[in-house]
Amino acid sequence: MERVPLVDYLVLGDEPHLVAAECTDCGARYFDRRSACARCGGLEFGSADVPTEGVLTTFTIVQFAAEGVEVPFVAGVVDCDGTSVKGNVVNTPPDPEHVTLGMRVRLTTVPVGTDADGVEAVGYGFEPID
Amino acid sequence: MAENVWILGISMTRFGKHKDKDTLDLGSEAAIGAMRDAGVGIGDIGVLAAGNLIGGNGFGQLLQKQIGQTGIPVYNVANACATGATALRVVVMAIKSGEVDTGMAVGVEKLSGAGLLTGNARQAEGGHWVRDGRYGAVAPLDGRVGTETMPGVFAQIGMEYAHKYGGADFELFARISEKNHAHSTLNPMAAHRKRFTLDEIMNDVMIAYPNTRPMCSANVDGAAAAVLVSETKLRTLSLEQQRRAVKISASVLTSDPWTDGCQVLPDINTLTRRAAATAYEQAGIGPADLDLVELHDCFATAELVHYDNLGLCEPGGAADFFNSGATWRDGSTPVNVSGGLQSKGHPVSATGIANVWEVATHLRGEAGDRQIEGARVGLAHVIGLGSACGVHVLERSAA
Ligand SMILES: [Zn+2]
Repeated sequence: MERVPLVDYLVLGDEPHLVAAECTDCGARYFDRRSACARCGGLEFGSADVPTEGVLTTFTIVQFAAEGVEVPFVAGVVDCDGTSVKGNVVNTPPDPEHVTLGMRVRLTTVPVGTDADGVEAVGYGFEPID
Repeated sequence: MAENVWILGISMTRFGKHKDKDTLDLGSEAAIGAMRDAGVGIGDIGVLAAGNLIGGNGFGQLLQKQIGQTGIPVYNVANACATGATALRVVVMAIKSGEVDTGMAVGVEKLSGAGLLTGNARQAEGGHWVRDGRYGAVAPLDGRVGTETMPGVFAQIGMEYAHKYGGADFELFARISEKNHAHSTLNPMAAHRKRFTLDEIMNDVMIAYPNTRPMCSANVDGAAAAVLVSETKLRTLSLEQQRRAVKISASVLTSDPWTDGCQVLPDINTLTRRAAATAYEQAGIGPADLDLVELHDCFATAELVHYDNLGLCEPGGAADFFNSGATWRDGSTPVNVSGGLQSKGHPVSATGIANVWEVATHLRGEAGDRQIEGARVGLAHVIGLGSACGVHVLERSAA
């Protein structure tokens, strides 16, 4: 089955990982399409693979969200060896007993859905490392 | 050196549900109230800065059509939750520039009954995947890659502080809310004036852990307005006007400078720290000199980080500072004696002027049951996510 990543910065395949745009001048990293570097104004970017393991530096357990968004879910930020990444914490119950500040997590893929052409969209999340 | 700017008159409507009043009724009430408080008329106002996010374009001109069309320049401003503070700042700049000696800032919002302030409702999906936006997303990201809800974003901001420095947990955040709701019982202008026990707060509906419903700012209707004058102008006015005037010792607006990770989770800390540092320098005072602070407690998790950002405590020491009782109304640095946004309410564009009203009312000795006795210096702070931070330091008249 054909698969597409949920976002441009997710690379699927045998070893799914995230790719950041890295400013050639100052090294600042971004996940969106850039006009310039917000830190130094630089115009050139390379791409940098982001480590797939990291530490959960903050989270919230969302119980109320916009219509159509499934709740509860855990939203958080993971420090992947110096690069901050936004993502959900998945594959663990969404409660403060199972999700804790400072826990170690790793990148995993999450199915998003299949379109009318039979193409599967695949997103990402972070799961606890036991 | 540009001259000092003073608050001559200031007014806010009661915050809450105003079923029979629209945006213009509320804005007019606040503006006319501020002019009456100042002892001036619309003909004295040289510049108007107006903020209203929900009502559409040209609010300032629509307001003029109700309170007086004098042909003065209008600046319609928008800066999220810092919109009111931005309007105030525009008038301060206009007076400091010497172009006018008297101006008015107004902020209004009708938010009663508005639901969660968040991203967009998710559309039904189907058809085929199409890449969209700056992340090339084939589907909406809210809920799939983090959260766009305000309670969730600010929950993470508080939890990030907890991770960095320790000492803060669900219960501590709930205790901050307990304080603000307790304070609100003394404030007749607040939308909600019910005291909650800690248990009630922690067992209420969870919105985004660790923020339960009473720990979130309330969507309400309200307006606030202020008339500002130059010091030169003030000295020509009556002794009574001079006695009640409140000095704006610092007026600062910042945006968020680039910091590591700031485009992943908004950094509301750095711009607040910078605004506070600049404000203390402008005013020639330090945080220890503050008799009261109204800060932007849009969520209980946000109040904690701003103790630190505003320099009220040692770096990293916000939890200990709160636990010491310092921020209760009988503590060393009373914070949000109005009840804060969690109980007073948060009509977005009005908030940044209403918190200045609160501080000014204490400095004038007119705060009634909730008066902080002998208050001489106070600070008002707001954050609009995106971000914009407004800090104003106010001082009682020496006259
Ligand atoms: Zn750069």
